[in-house]
Formats: sequence, structure tokens, C-alpha cells
Amino acid sequence: MAFDAIRLSDKDNVGVAIHDIAAGGAVALAELKLTARDAVPLGHKIALRHIKTGEKILKFGVPVGSATMEIPAGSHVHMHNVKSDYLTNREDHWE
Amino acid sequence: MQGYLRKDGRKGIRNHVAVAYLVECAHHVARAIASSFEEEGVQLIGFPGCYPSDYAFGMMKQLCTHPNVGAVLLVSLGCEEFRRSELAELVAQSGRPVKIAVIQESGGTKGTIALGRDWVRKALAAIADVPRVPMSFADLLVGTECGGSDGTSGITANPAIGVAVDHLIDNGGSAMFEETCELLGCEAHMAGRAATPELGREILRVMRKADDYYRDLEHGSFGGGNITGGLSTIEEKSIGAYAKSGTRPIAGLLTPGVLPPRPGLYLMDMVNDGGVRFGIPNINDTATVVEMIACGCHMVLFSTGRGSVVGSAIAPVIKVCANPITYRKLSEDMDVDAGRILEGRAGLAEVGLEIFEMIREVASGAQTKSEALGHQEFILTYKTFEPLGPSCLPV
Repeated sequence: MAFDAIRLSDKDNVGVAIHDIAAGGAVALAELKLTARDAVPLGHKIALRHIKTGEKILKFGVPVGSATMEIPAGSHVHMHNVKSDYLTNREDHWE
Repeated sequence: MQGYLRKDGRKGIRNHVAVAYLVECAHHVARAIASSFEEEGVQLIGFPGCYPSDYAFGMMKQLCTHPNVGAVLLVSLGCEEFRRSELAELVAQSGRPVKIAVIQESGGTKGTIALGRDWVRKALAAIADVPRVPMSFADLLVGTECGGSDGTSGITANPAIGVAVDHLIDNGGSAMFEETCELLGCEAHMAGRAATPELGREILRVMRKADDYYRDLEHGSFGGGNITGGLSTIEEKSIGAYAKSGTRPIAGLLTPGVLPPRPGLYLMDMVNDGGVRFGIPNINDTATVVEMIACGCHMVLFSTGRGSVVGSAIAPVIKVCANPITYRKLSEDMDVDAGRILEGRAGLAEVGLEIFEMIREVASGAQTKSEALGHQEFILTYKTFEPLGPSCLPV
């Protein structure tokens, strides 16, 4: 049982690296395997499938932001391809 | 599980004598009384303020009549404005032995310490035969808190606590989560989990209050260290804390000191009503733990990554360590090693079940690490809350 990332909920489209993952390396989760397109440090997110522009990033089954570009499976998911749906739109948020 | 049956029908998992100072000026005397009964587990609590506070009075009332408490000694200087006779009357009505020791009327420091020790000795004997009765999960309320968090907290210990909370709810028990200020960005999801649409609107109301309050304080919550750790948005950071609440429906919304009327999962609003009045609502983790205990929590699940060592007065604290390196450094302070998940030595479900089993053991009398080490952290400060609206609590 040596995994590289965990999925916190079945609904999630991202996994969380449980140690530093090298670009091009094989990534094993309990329920699937994929190849890392980028380096993914410990605690960072990796796309478990292709995520479309504008699609919600789901972690623990909860939206944690939106994709700002097409994110292929195995990509590092972070500031460069995700935006907050909260801080960018606070005035409308509470309406 | 066996509980200590109280007159109001609630069952305690401990049978403590509590010594409570009613102003900071009585703190030393109260501590001197309590500390001579360390072996017997006598608990020290109190309110330091001299000026009256309905909030603090209500909190002290709930703590002194907490199911884990069997008898109460109130230590008063004499001139503070705390309504000591009214509190003593409420404790007496709850069927507990209670005594007021007024320092100004009892020979000062030495005389009051002698009087207090004598009374505690008798109280310990008097409550030794409180009946123990079978206890089920339906009698149990468990709080959740995280402190000294790091990048591992949100991916190991907090979700594992969420799994344990789900088990507890599925077995008819109750749990609480809190710190609305740490949950910004999760409000829509939380509202969707509310038992009724009206409760969902109340959750949105208190979340907006938390957002406004911290904005007025100019306290941001998301920044550099979070981003380095892999968190991309504030809502992702909040999810880490939110994971402690598990996945079951939210039955109600509480404020500190309000008891859940029936089993289920509850959110506690800990941000003052009426705008910024007394500064940062909760100045440390213990403030939140005490508020949950005042809602009747029998014990608290406490997740930590960096390695907090705190326990609490009145209710045992189970420490769930998120980071395997921290666990190795502080294993004598940690009850659960959730960092095994990071090392591939256990799954979330397995650690969650282990926490759930530990809830049962601690409820049956097993001591937690912080309890055995004598931790009794406690703090109570000024706040104000408006009464909860009718949609907040289940009928």
C-alpha cells in the first residue's frame, strides 16, 4: 500500500500529493493510477481527470475554486490555473 | 459506556469537583484550593472580569452544571459584580453540592484556602456515590477543534475527524463544529447541508457576520504560507477546517452556552453580535474549546499539525496529530497518529474508525494523554450574543 496521492472524496476531480511527486512520474492512488505532467509538491493538488475551463475544482466534495484554463489529467492544480470564487467576487457573493 | 446521571437527565463521563473563581482577584485562592487535589482531578475554571456580563454568567452557569461536573465551589473576592448567589442557587437546583467562599468574609487568603480545601474534601466524598447508568451515543456530544495547524491538518487529521463524526451521527450521537471565521467560502455548501432552508439562511447570516467582523478587524486569513503549502484559494483553506464536520446534515446552529435540544450535527457561531466590541472573538484555541464545553460537549477532538499540547478543564481532549514528524517528536502528548495516512500506513476510513473507537473508550473512563498529564487549560472573556431565532434549533 504505497500511494502517492489521496482523494478526499469520491466526487473530487483532484487528489492531494502525500509526498513530493516528480514530473513524468507514475502516481498511484487507492482507486486509480495516472502519470504526473508536472512536479506536484507534498500537500498540493493533482488533476485526476481532464478539467475544463470554468469547471469547479472539487476537494473533499466541495468546490474550492474554478479552473481558469483547460487542465489535463496529471497536471499540478494551483494558482496558475485556479481562481477563487469567493475573493474575486465578494460584493456579489452575499447577494 | 457508563455515565454519571444528573438531575436534568444528562449523563457525565467524568465526576469532577469544579473550583470557580468569580473575578481574577480570587484566582490565586481558587488555584491554591484546586491544586491540592491534583490527584483527585479537581478542575479550576473562572471568569476574570470585574464588570457584570450576562454572557459570562450564562457560560459559568452551563460549565458549573455541565454533566462532567458533580460539585462546585465558587470563590469570590466579595466586591466583584458577578451574581454569585444566583449562580449558587442555579447549581443547587441542579442537584449538585455547592458552596460560596467569600475571601473578604473568610479570613482572607489563608482562611479561604483552608475553608475551601475542607469543603472540597467533603464534596469529593459526597459525590463518590452519584449513580452510574448505562450510556449510549445518543447521550454523547463531542466537539471538534483544530489548532497549531499545518499543511497536513486538512488532508489527514481533519478529514479523519470528519469520518469519526459521521460514525457518531450515524450511531445517534451529536457533534459540534465551529469557528465560522475559518469557514469562509464554505457557506453555500453548509447552507445546502442544513436540515431546513430557514436554517440554511441563518447559517448564511452568521457567515456573513464573520466575514464582516474580520474585515472590520482587518484580519485576513489566507496568505503566503498557505499558498506554499498547496492551498490555492481561501475556500480551499476553509475546506481543511470544514472537513472536521463530516458529511451529515446540519441539524442546528448554536451560540456558546446553548445546549443542542436533540441529537445531530451542530454549527456553533462564535462571533459576537453587534459588531467589533471586545476585539478578536476567540484569542486562542482554548476559548473555542471552552465555548463548546459550555454547549455540553463531553469531550473534544482536537486536530494539530505543528503540535499543540493543550487539554481542557471539565472535558477530556483527544489529540489527533496530522503530521507524522510531529507525532514522533510529541508522541507522549498525542492520542492518535493520523500522519500514518501521509506515510501510506493507514487510510482515512481506518483512522476515522480508530478515533470513533477512542470516543467510546474515553466516554467509558479511559484518560486521554492531556488529561493524564494534568492539562486544564481554561479561558473565558467578554462577549455578547443576541438570542437565537426560531429556525436555528430543531424542534
